[in-house]
Amino acid sequence: MTQIGIAAVQGAVREHERVLAALGARTSLVRRKEDLDGLDGLVLPGGESTAIGMLLEEYGIADVLRKGEIPVFGTCAGMILLAKEIEESSQPRLGLMDITVRRNAFGRQRESFEEEISVPAIQGGPLHAVFIRAPYVTSVGRDVEVLGTVDGKIVLCRQGRMLAGSFHPELTDDRRLHRYFLEEVVGERARLA
Amino acid sequence: MERELGTFRVKAGLAEMLKGGVIMDVVKPEEAVIAERAGAVAVMALERVPADIRAAGGVARMADPRIIREIMDAVTIPVMAKARIGHFVEAQILDSLGVDYIDESEVLTPADEQYHIDKTKFKVPFVCGARNLGEALRRIAEGAAMIRTKGEPGTGNVVEAVRHARTVNAEIRRVAAAPADELPTIAKELGAPFELVQQVHDLGRLPVVNFSAGGIATPADAALMMQLGVDGIFVGSGIFKSADPEARARAIVRATTHYQDPEVLAEVSTGIGEAMRGIEISRIAPEDRMQERGW
Repeated sequence: MTQIGIAAVQGAVREHERVLAALGARTSLVRRKEDLDGLDGLVLPGGESTAIGMLLEEYGIADVLRKGEIPVFGTCAGMILLAKEIEESSQPRLGLMDITVRRNAFGRQRESFEEEISVPAIQGGPLHAVFIRAPYVTSVGRDVEVLGTVDGKIVLCRQGRMLAGSFHPELTDDRRLHRYFLEEVVGERARLA
Repeated sequence: MERELGTFRVKAGLAEMLKGGVIMDVVKPEEAVIAERAGAVAVMALERVPADIRAAGGVARMADPRIIREIMDAVTIPVMAKARIGHFVEAQILDSLGVDYIDESEVLTPADEQYHIDKTKFKVPFVCGARNLGEALRRIAEGAAMIRTKGEPGTGNVVEAVRHARTVNAEIRRVAAAPADELPTIAKELGAPFELVQQVHDLGRLPVVNFSAGGIATPADAALMMQLGVDGIFVGSGIFKSADPEARARAIVRATTHYQDPEVLAEVSTGIGEAMRGIEISRIAPEDRMQERGW
């Protein structure tokens, strides 16, 4: 059975747990670096990227993740933490993806929105996406595959074992993006091993 | 589907993102920056912290928009601000400033003794205080997307926050365990809409995020409330009324994440200076208890 950790510094932890468990994965919470042992993949949930980044660093989790061996799915704050470049910020990050992100890119809370977005890599029609003070990606490196956009802004992308989305699939009943992570991102690693 | 703004899902969703985090009261940009650097997930922009409101007496109102704007410009994390209970025009003003959450708060002097703000009319989400399940569900019925226990603000005494968290927990357990045919009568007793009582029955928890507030002053207080099952922590006077706000802010953040890990709690509680002095609740006249405001 696939073992997926959820970084539980703070944020939308229980929502990811619920979706992953419904898809048949075993889940565990990651607060210290020992909690990373034996994981097949990790979810970095939405929350406040400044707070999460700081605590991932302090408790040694960031150093282990930076080796790039554990596949990571980052949503919202998680996307920010995966980025190499964060516009106008020197906050702690993992820097595992060759992308530049802009924080609060759509605006403050009153500009938060829901919308259906088209993601060709995922079968079954558009995804219902919930954007909350969301970031987007302003530039990507050569090895990054753009999977989804809204208003021409990149909101979903992948680089090898790393998957990053601006929005919150865990707040909807649509599990397809989590399934994509389990089957295509984590699963591919299992097949290569 | 067209783009939709201000839905209940995005309102309640922001609160979900704050879970496991600490929201700190700040009265100036410099404090907001200290809070953000310490790992706060949001700040509450105020003119005075509750302990000073208590000391000053008189009527406490919404903060000067200048202070709120300065704080919004100083940090990248969400900024909340307080409106008086029932004062929907203060809420309209805060909305126009673009704050990320409005706290319809008993810390300020109520503007209406009968009705709370109709929060469904706003695109900005609201958090409201509650001492028990009925109060929490009435606020959610009015459109609140987040609840916090009231505690007794500005006291540095966690006893009321504990009382309110335990009361809500006990009432949720009762609702969850009750057979379906008893729910209408329970709804009547709680003074809460039946549909929301039914949701609590099905979920076994409140339908929105529930933080703890009012009297939290130490890392151990924060971890205590987390172990009692709340989703996160508001600290009002506890940080900037202590001897070393920066160290205390960092410690409370770390204690909230590692609330089940006594080793970490011991480590972060060490050498952070004196906590705010605090007040014993029995020394506060009943009419001066902020938790009695709202219904």
